[in-house]
Amino acid sequence: MSEQVATESKKGGHPLDFLLRKDRIPHIWCPGCGIGTAFSSCLTAIQDSGIDLVKTVMVSGIGCSGRAAGYVNLDSFHTTHGRAIPFASGLKMANPELNVIVFSGDGDLFAIGGNHFIHAARRNMDITVVCVNNFNYGMTGGQAAATTPHLAKTTTTPMGNPELPFNLPLLAIASGATYVARWTTLHTREFTDSVEKALVSPGFSFIEVLSPCPVNFGRRNRQKPLDTLKTYQEKSIIKNGASPLELDIDLKKGIVLGTFVKADKDTCSERYDKICRPADSAS
Amino acid sequence: MKPAVLTGEHYITGDVACAEGALAAGCRFFGGYPITPATEIAEHMADRLPGVGGTYIQMEDEIAAIASVLGASWAGKKSMTATSGPGFSLMMENIGLGVCTETPCVIVNVQRGGPSTGLPTMGAQADMMQARWGSHGDYEIIALAPSSPQDMFFQTIEAFNLSETYRVPVLIMSDEIVGHMSEKVVIPKAGKIATCSRPRPRGRKDRFRLYEPGPNGVAPMPAAGEGYNVHVTGLTHDERGYPALSVENQAQMMRRLIDKIHNNLDDIIRTESYRLDDADIAFVSYGVSTRTAMAAVDMAREQGIRAGLLRLITVWPFPEQQIRALAERVRGLVTVEINLGQIHLEVQRCAGGKAPAILAGHPGGTIISPEQVLQTVKEAF
Repeated sequence: MSEQVATESKKGGHPLDFLLRKDRIPHIWCPGCGIGTAFSSCLTAIQDSGIDLVKTVMVSGIGCSGRAAGYVNLDSFHTTHGRAIPFASGLKMANPELNVIVFSGDGDLFAIGGNHFIHAARRNMDITVVCVNNFNYGMTGGQAAATTPHLAKTTTTPMGNPELPFNLPLLAIASGATYVARWTTLHTREFTDSVEKALVSPGFSFIEVLSPCPVNFGRRNRQKPLDTLKTYQEKSIIKNGASPLELDIDLKKGIVLGTFVKADKDTCSERYDKICRPADSAS
Repeated sequence: MKPAVLTGEHYITGDVACAEGALAAGCRFFGGYPITPATEIAEHMADRLPGVGGTYIQMEDEIAAIASVLGASWAGKKSMTATSGPGFSLMMENIGLGVCTETPCVIVNVQRGGPSTGLPTMGAQADMMQARWGSHGDYEIIALAPSSPQDMFFQTIEAFNLSETYRVPVLIMSDEIVGHMSEKVVIPKAGKIATCSRPRPRGRKDRFRLYEPGPNGVAPMPAAGEGYNVHVTGLTHDERGYPALSVENQAQMMRRLIDKIHNNLDDIIRTESYRLDDADIAFVSYGVSTRTAMAAVDMAREQGIRAGLLRLITVWPFPEQQIRALAERVRGLVTVEINLGQIHLEVQRCAGGKAPAILAGHPGGTIISPEQVLQTVKEAF
């Protein structure tokens, strides 16, 4: 147990309180929402990983999950919609000593920000991207996203979603990510462990965490708050190393969770230094 | 290994001079995306930056380019990007983030004809109002207009100095003609180049407030990774940097963003005069069109018209006082620019009816000829 955790515990607070901007609590997340669970798992992982907290930065985009950067007591950046990854890429390339975590939602990272995601993965930018996937745009009241399941009801798909969703781990793997995992907010231990591993593994790490959104997504799709978690419990299949092709989210065949890729490749800044910097250049 | 400052005489394009100016100013991060006629700036930075300890990254689009520049600036590096009209349009939202979060950075717009894809290889000065108001919301910004490769060198240094001093994105509103023109550029010794860096926090880190302004209205800026635990948001925020969505906080934040520019106009605004002292017709121009206007002044004088030129080096914030003073004493004001009336509207506004203000404009694709300007003057006055 670190000194800070011990101090917080002695004071009677939560052991991770020092990682929170307590003066910003209460948070904006609705009752039953999974973002808080995903967020606190991330804080646990950040603490347990042993990385230097002074050198650790959280970047978010816009949306419910995008508010995470406003609650974490680290250097934190709440950027424009969809642009957390390129902002984070600038931070990392300009100072490779920083540990950069992007914490944002599915709409932010994969609709408006989808292009940045695939390119950061292709470059093997040394950042960890955590995507809270709640299958819709929660902040604006529950519209269809690039992850909304086929036929699901949202405020902009009142007859059911005619489109098909992204298979996010497949997209990440195809784009070149070196660590790819998926969990749900029910699988907090596995998810926390995954984030911890991602933080210490060099290269582009991507973790999708499925999360209930009872207020906006659940109530339009006949899911009471606990139903969603029950679905995660009953329908999920943990299958590490599963083929990315079978990772589409389909309740009939089950939701595959696990760690799918752990690869070792030079990171973007390592390759830049090797290839572009002359041996005698100033640092 | 080439040094960051290439002291000596060079025969280079405006784009290359801009890149060299950036390196001399201490720029060590460039987020690029190719676009005619600004590509050469990115190419030159890609070649030069790694050798001076900097980083070039080619992003997937201009939105990513400017976002990476903002991130790099918060990592503590002087950062820039360069683009032209279509890319400038894509950058607008994040330029607003830069304004709101008071992030120093430099954005070069080597202007070409528009709207839309327009005239990629041909010059214009038609993004001047976009430079002022292109991002949503109310704000102040600084924009400079170079008229030669030598200007591109010095104004890029100036842009970094202003950006770092006032913590605001600074726009260099160049154009295809200046960007692609080759001329002699003299680069002074490194020790003779004045450079500024952002104000730095002092005192206890746990008492630090991110947007508590210093004496000139600008707050000190730490970098990520220094232990200040900053929270930086594009939401309306208070002095701690925390989101604070109220009418009062909006007024307080807006006041600070605007006042830090308004209260330092004497330091920010630069103009130059040419044969203006006894002039009764005043040309007002900026960028490449000042070259046209200077030639038109000389031609007019040969024909007995007492013309002179006020050259705007700083276009935004607009040199209102200078235009007002001119309007008090001349017979007419003539704005020379490659568009159909943008800065002209500002000149007209500031003249306030004291002197007639007309436009010698052009729809874009080439410079305006001095003859055409003179003809406009003769017809109007």
